[in-house]
Amino acid sequence: MAKILSLQEAIAEFVRDGDTVALEGFTHLTPYAAGHEIIRQKRRNLKLIRMTPDVLYDQMIGAGCAAKLQFSWGGNPGVGSLHRLRDAVEKGWPQPLEIEEHEHAGMAVAYAAGASHLPFGILRGYVGTDLTPHTTVKFIDCPFTGEKLAAVKAIRPDVSIIHAQKADKAGNVLLWGIVGAQKEAIMAAGRSIVTVEEIVDKLDAPPNAVILPTWVVSAVAQVKCGAFPSYTHGYYPRSNAFYKQWDGISKDRDTFTAWIDKYIMNTKNFDEFRALLEKA
Amino acid sequence: MAELQYTADEMMTIAAARMVRNGTSLFVGIGLPSAAANLARLTHAPDTVLIYESGTIGTKPNVLPLSIGDGELAETADTVVGIVEIFNYWLMGGKIGLGFLGAAQIDKYANINSTVIGPYGKPKVRLPGAGGAPAIAASCGEVLITLRHSPKAFVEKLDFRTSGGHMEGGDSREKLRFPGKGPVAVITDLGVLTPDPVTKELTLTSVHPGVTVEQVVAATGWPLKVAAEVKTTPLPTASELQVLRDLNERTAKAHAGQA
Repeated sequence: MAKILSLQEAIAEFVRDGDTVALEGFTHLTPYAAGHEIIRQKRRNLKLIRMTPDVLYDQMIGAGCAAKLQFSWGGNPGVGSLHRLRDAVEKGWPQPLEIEEHEHAGMAVAYAAGASHLPFGILRGYVGTDLTPHTTVKFIDCPFTGEKLAAVKAIRPDVSIIHAQKADKAGNVLLWGIVGAQKEAIMAAGRSIVTVEEIVDKLDAPPNAVILPTWVVSAVAQVKCGAFPSYTHGYYPRSNAFYKQWDGISKDRDTFTAWIDKYIMNTKNFDEFRALLEKA
Repeated sequence: MAELQYTADEMMTIAAARMVRNGTSLFVGIGLPSAAANLARLTHAPDTVLIYESGTIGTKPNVLPLSIGDGELAETADTVVGIVEIFNYWLMGGKIGLGFLGAAQIDKYANINSTVIGPYGKPKVRLPGAGGAPAIAASCGEVLITLRHSPKAFVEKLDFRTSGGHMEGGDSREKLRFPGKGPVAVITDLGVLTPDPVTKELTLTSVHPGVTVEQVVAATGWPLKVAAEVKTTPLPTASELQVLRDLNERTAKAHAGQA
């Protein structure tokens, strides 16, 4: 059964230095509050996984949380490069970052394999690309037809973290809209944390809704606007303005560090962070 | 009748949109392809099924998305599925007729780079990387590519091959047994290139009004093959321009509003 905790308690209990950590959410429901709390609690040497590392992972990498990144598309959507990711990969600041680069289809089957407790996922992919030397992909022969297929090592995070619309008091989670690889990430992980907009008496979900039953989740924490500046379908829109501002904030090390100190290290929680940002 | 004023980018988007047959299922990349696909849907191809890799199927956005997962795409879709399903069942499952991609670099066999300019370890420009592009290029029935024409973009050798087009030309793509036929046209701000039926080398088959063949050759980083008879792309119509401009205006307004 999921424990209902504060986000501080959930990160303290379930995310450890050196863990393989997946924060999923495909542009929608990006778990920013949880990522900030990981920065605040100074987790180090994490092996981060995410199909679309965007501004959140730029923040975590620049703040020194990560030793490795596995991904398939890395950018600030609609804006440009991730400056902190580049600085870590190319200049080793604030520490060297190993990268394992994939295509989306490969990450998708690797998550599905992880959730299925299989050693690898298979696909017709990676052929004809220069990606192969930069990933863990291997090629195998189909035992039935002999066709050459790509095998990608299953993703099995120590801990997966997502944001969702709501949970009930027992810790059953409901999410909708663009749901990305969230379900697979949770089902593939040893431990899991879900932040939610609200905790309600009854979920009132129709059959076939994306539900994560309480017994597959380690902890549920309520954080209002926990996906900001990403969005939560049915609650608040994406702050395109923040994504654009991030380009300027992250371009140079000093400006970035000052921002992290002021907005994350020197705030108590995500509510304080948002309040301070609103004043700026 | 007074001549219509339009930009090279508008011509590119309109020419790309015209390539979309009504009723096609169309897997769309963000940026230029997304603009062209939506223009097609709003003009001659209203029954086109737009699919974005975020899992939104049959989406009818009123404004162009800034990111691949904008709420607008989910709200106006026939259905929204997860990432594993969109890639496994829909895209690699062979359900999609046409893929529409952009690129930072392209070579003469329509292989594309969206990963890095310069060496992988010491990039000059680090681009976002593959995303869904390799699977789109391999799996869709056909592929359209749209990008602006310049010697930096149209290169003899890619800095990184992200997605396979016609590989080394001839039957080299066929040998890899990709499910789809690969790129059928490259639409730029100067004209349209199509692969030679046998060698698969990109050949200039159409120039946009006011553009010369010499201009396109000069903007290409390899000795560009030119068709014996190069057509001129028909001018944008007043209604195509109106619909595109309205779409861009709605988009700018919507995104500026989200402070």
